[in-house]
Amino acid sequence: MANLTLVQAINLALIQEMEKDDSVIILGQDVGVNGGVFRVTEGLFKRFGPERVVDTPLAESGIIGTSIGLAMAGLRPVPEIQFEGFLAPAYDQLCTHAARMRTRTRSMFTVPITCRVPVGGGIHAPELHSDSPEAIYAHQPGLKVVMPASPYDAKGLLISAIRDPDPVIFFEPKRLYRAFREEVPEDEYTVEIGKARIVVEGNDVTLISWGAPVVQCMNAIDSSHHSIELIDLRSICPLDTETIVESVRKTGRAVIVHEAPRNCGLGAEIASRIMEHCFLYLEAPIQRVTGFDTVMPYYKLEQEYLPEAHRISAALEEVIAYGTATGLGSAG
Amino acid sequence: MPAKIVFHAKIESVSILDEQGNFDAKLGKDVIPDTDVVRLYEHMTICRQFDEVAFKLQRSGRMGTYPENRGQEAVSLGAVYALHPDDWLVPCYRENCGLFWRGLPMEYILLHWMGDERGNEIPRDLYMTPQAIPIGTQMLHAVGLAWAGKYRKKDSIACAFFGDGATSEGDCHEALNFAANLDLPVVFVCQNNGWAISVPTKMQCSAPTLAQRGLAYGMECVQCDGNDIFAMAKVVGEAAERARRDHRPTFIEALTYRLGDHTTADDARRYRDEAELKKWLKRDPLIRIRTYLQQRKLFDDSREKALQARAREEVAAAVKRAEEIAAPTSSDMFDWLYAEMPGELATQRATLRTSGLGQDPSQLQEQSPAPSRNP
Ligand SMILES: Cc1ncc(C[n+]2csc(CCOP(=O)(O)OP(=O)(O)O)c2C)c(N)n1
Ligand SMILES: [Mg+2]
Repeated sequence: MANLTLVQAINLALIQEMEKDDSVIILGQDVGVNGGVFRVTEGLFKRFGPERVVDTPLAESGIIGTSIGLAMAGLRPVPEIQFEGFLAPAYDQLCTHAARMRTRTRSMFTVPITCRVPVGGGIHAPELHSDSPEAIYAHQPGLKVVMPASPYDAKGLLISAIRDPDPVIFFEPKRLYRAFREEVPEDEYTVEIGKARIVVEGNDVTLISWGAPVVQCMNAIDSSHHSIELIDLRSICPLDTETIVESVRKTGRAVIVHEAPRNCGLGAEIASRIMEHCFLYLEAPIQRVTGFDTVMPYYKLEQEYLPEAHRISAALEEVIAYGTATGLGSAG
Repeated sequence: MPAKIVFHAKIESVSILDEQGNFDAKLGKDVIPDTDVVRLYEHMTICRQFDEVAFKLQRSGRMGTYPENRGQEAVSLGAVYALHPDDWLVPCYRENCGLFWRGLPMEYILLHWMGDERGNEIPRDLYMTPQAIPIGTQMLHAVGLAWAGKYRKKDSIACAFFGDGATSEGDCHEALNFAANLDLPVVFVCQNNGWAISVPTKMQCSAPTLAQRGLAYGMECVQCDGNDIFAMAKVVGEAAERARRDHRPTFIEALTYRLGDHTTADDARRYRDEAELKKWLKRDPLIRIRTYLQQRKLFDDSREKALQARAREEVAAAVKRAEEIAAPTSSDMFDWLYAEMPGELATQRATLRTSGLGQDPSQLQEQSPAPSRNP
């Protein structure tokens, strides 16, 4: 066991998988000598050499397109896209090829790539360095999308992603990269893709989130006197409907929190599933606390954009007040 | 039958004022009159001061990430000097010196890096697009801007700036191909500063020059010393003339060097040889232009002293203006999204909430609970 940050946990997972399996290679911009702009691949170039940790030309479509070829030939590439804002040039390769290759060829070809991407706001970064595009990729059948919110999950999920026979987009919340440490086993272990984690158990409301806002949810819970159950989805696609449904059947209330804009965000999908499976259990309308339906603003306004704890607290109070005798007004 | 040679090519590299201060009088004749050289030197000095102050603002927490421009001033300055005031400038983020010469107030660049979108509210009559953060994407916009000018039978052209790294992006190749095949008046200025963050230029291009990229698209191409303001002004001037006269694009590779880290978030010591930096410090574009002026007695120590004082004052005043602008209000992120605000967005703007009960708390009073299965 070691007390690791999220960055260190990912680094450890990469080292262990590369030690174990020489078909695992890393490619991307600045991932080699420089160890990545967030230092996630620090030390790997020295350890595994330039054939397995490859600085590529500056072209995202090229990084993902060649990863697809590498994967079709049997390797397990782990490409890095430097920031989520620069996934867009690779969208074509991810959605028109990586996602479809297995179906198109009836599994004659598969694309076991793990595309690592720092994601989200909250670190005062320049424009296009703070977005949350997970719903866009979850919408594409054939891709898996995960986003850990803790060092432990980061290591276990990354190992699962690398071993997964299908393409996985592994989003790394940059706001959490060095936000806290956690005990992370030295031994290898996996966290199953498609399984949510109940972070805190409770009875009054189910709070559902993933990535950096999970920490904001914890803050909101800490300042509440209600009994709140917090689910960290970890996997966005596939989605763990079972865990969500079980919890909401118990609590009768749900608040979904995500950083991405609300319109067509994952919150809509989750709310639908709850509605479809928990209709008669619901005691209040499902609430979404999300980014606004705006372009992610430059950093002077990012705090106002992000679903921070105070907005989550207000929604929790409201959803609990709904239909109860007190008829409590808006809490914030 | 022996294969025939169907194509021969050569790439010229233009240098007029070298790092020792040697001036090629024949090539440099009438490129920049002496009075302008003085003004350009003064401007460059002020921009250098701007860059140093911007760096310190980031270090002291008064500004976010900033990409130093230090050492690359002559590229954009020489180019903008050679262009008309209504030629489009389509920059990335190391062209401050040229943008300020065109007339962009310095606080705009500061605001941008201070995380304030108002730094992009560039007056239309400056004919410049906002700094492009996604690498290489702006090159296509330059092609479109030039295209519109040609369509409207205007005399204006577009000049795109981009780095060596950008030449690897698909957008770059599409831009070059469109401009060449549609006969569009674009000047492509590639700032080859040796690095794309930690990746050396040889990972972007295995050919001996980046300039020859243009050959493959059938356009004129040339390399030049990007730290030589005369060479820059000359090659860009010629390319602009070709664009105006023949509607033909040109690819220019300006050899320069990033004297600083990639940005304030980077540490070049991790990947860059100190000796390489030392070599390029001697090729600083400011040093050679000062030598040029001193040799011709166009500038002396007392003027230099006054210039330094003026640079400090002007930059300090710009910082003051940027910092005095009141922080944007949250409504700012909603107000500029569409010409007309959709209803739901107006609701989010008014309530600063995305949850239904938060947006409409009256539901809390109205509703009686649904029959519950829970005890
Ligand atoms: C599409 C895209 N991919 C990656 C990045 C991250 N990034 C910012 S600057 C940079 C290097 C750019 O190198 P170059 O084009 O040579 O310009 P320079 O910074 O050297 O002026 C990279 C990879 C980005 N901004 N946009
Ligand atoms: Mg460069």
